[in-house]
Amino acid sequence: MSWRTIATIYAKELRDSLRDRRTLLSTIVIPTFVMPAIVMGVGRMASTIISKAREEIPRIMVVGGSDSAAVVAELRKSGKFRVEPAAADWRSLISEKKVRAAAEIPEGFGHALEAGSAPPVTLYYYQGELKSGIALEELRSFFVALRDRTTARLLAERGLPSTVARPFEVRQANVAAPEKVGGNLLGGIIPYIIVLLCFTGAMNPAMDLTAGEKERGTMETLLCSPAARTDIVLGKFLMVLTGSLAAVVCSLVSVGVTLVLLGASLGGGRAAAAAGGGAAPAIDPAGLVGVLAMVIPVAVLFSAILFSVSLFAKSFKEAQTYAAPLVLVVFMPAIVGALPGIDLSLGLALVPILNLSLICKEMLSGVWHWGYIAVIFGSTALYAGAALALAVAMFRREGVIFRT
Amino acid sequence: MIEARLLTKVFRDKRRGEIRGADGVSFSVGPGRIYGLLGANGAGKTTTLRMLATLLRPTSGSAVVAGHDVAREPDKVRASVGFLAASTALYARLTARETVEYFGRLNGLDEATLRARVRALADELGMNEFLDRRCDKLSTGMKQKTSIARMLVHDPQVMIFDEPTLGLDVMTARSIVRFVRECRGRGKTVIYSTHVMSEAEKLCDVIGIIHEGRLRAEGTLAELRERTGEGDLEECFVRIVAPGEAR
Repeated sequence: MSWRTIATIYAKELRDSLRDRRTLLSTIVIPTFVMPAIVMGVGRMASTIISKAREEIPRIMVVGGSDSAAVVAELRKSGKFRVEPAAADWRSLISEKKVRAAAEIPEGFGHALEAGSAPPVTLYYYQGELKSGIALEELRSFFVALRDRTTARLLAERGLPSTVARPFEVRQANVAAPEKVGGNLLGGIIPYIIVLLCFTGAMNPAMDLTAGEKERGTMETLLCSPAARTDIVLGKFLMVLTGSLAAVVCSLVSVGVTLVLLGASLGGGRAAAAAGGGAAPAIDPAGLVGVLAMVIPVAVLFSAILFSVSLFAKSFKEAQTYAAPLVLVVFMPAIVGALPGIDLSLGLALVPILNLSLICKEMLSGVWHWGYIAVIFGSTALYAGAALALAVAMFRREGVIFRT
Repeated sequence: MIEARLLTKVFRDKRRGEIRGADGVSFSVGPGRIYGLLGANGAGKTTTLRMLATLLRPTSGSAVVAGHDVAREPDKVRASVGFLAASTALYARLTARETVEYFGRLNGLDEATLRARVRALADELGMNEFLDRRCDKLSTGMKQKTSIARMLVHDPQVMIFDEPTLGLDVMTARSIVRFVRECRGRGKTVIYSTHVMSEAEKLCDVIGIIHEGRLRAEGTLAELRERTGEGDLEECFVRIVAPGEAR
């Protein structure tokens, strides 16, 4: 093995790839600009949709309530609803999204409320429909407030303090550090993005440097040189690995810079509020460095697999046909790893990609399971080494190189 | 110097079974000589030349190229050989200079020697005008010159040409033929495969006629004419590979 030859081949492939529009797009442009734009764009779009839905005054129907005019009038006066008389097909209207929700006020509700004990009010909505859910939320708030006011009135009439009905308050406080909150929120997303970029970043260089060269006739030119087959594989492989890692680094740096510039972390205050704290969730910087370190053997694994698969193909197009189903194979463990409730175990630590997803969650939360980290790094490095050995073995096979 | 002894290459195909790409091919060629390998498409020319250039391993038989065994010292053989074929293309995104330098480095030339060599080749082949132009922007003739410079950068003792004029226009093909002749003049050992009879007639000191993987006849043009009783090389060729179809 000659390091000089490997370096010569790598330098040439790097120069060649930097002049290839497809490689530049997949390894630098898309990860740097498009991925953060997608992540931020989807977040912003979701936020806009929710805001717009909240701004809309929901159209609701009151079923019954003909003898509870005061309650219905109060509903109208609240300004939070467009109250309409119930149509016969009010249930269908909710399903068809023409009406967002309905409140069924039982007969005699108004009088019973005055007496202090009224039958239940039923709220109808369409589960899973955002605007219907918002209307339900508002209706519930209205009736809970009505109940609270009634309770307060009844207590006052009997000369009792309000603490009789509510002797104590329940509060909640978050003990998780912001990075733990961030780790849990982003831990499922970041490994998924990394696996995606790691794979797509390696795809184009792998296909271009193997099947592409066979198709263009430059592979035979290279094979005529005295460079040893192993040196050729390693030089080319290093370029594929560079593409894979460049995509990950460009994307992480770009997302990081964008977040810093926006002055907010993914999930923002709402997530923190949901987690019970006031602080915005953050990511442990050491966790990010750890994730990058753990990505290296995975990138080697992906690069070597894609290299071998593409090498077998006769043309760039054929290589694309082989690589496309691999995307599914690669993403399945990443998706499983992003599911809540799956914890690391020794068995799962040996499953490639899934183990990366699980350990990334922990590291981004600032939790360092050194034993698992060693097992995951070691096992993935082993798989990566085997994949690289396969690539070298395939490159030595005439049937693969001169496949027609 | 090239010495091929009973070179055989067997390919195994799931549908077609065993295919003998080259079958016991033996010949030798010395410095300052051009050996022409004449054969139809699929006759075994490329397989034989690829074995000599160590791109393929012989199934049996042996060959010594520039004093090195193709099976035992393939790297040394490749360092002594310049290989030019219709199938050896250039990197589209590299310039002509970068291409020649790349192959110079792969052949172990140091930077000072490499620079001097590129300068000399550019002057000799008239490449200065397009040396820093990307290969995908070059004309066919310019590409051929670049390929020749790529092949010559390490000053190999042995030159292997596998149908180098395939698909080229007349003027570019003529310049290739002229170049091959110059190689002989410089004392290089040359193998030239073709199915163009006129090229073989003009260039080759010895012609080997290959058909269905086997070397059917070998000799100078005069010897082949004498053996077949035909004056024209094309008729000689037909009489040897398909006697029933001869005039």
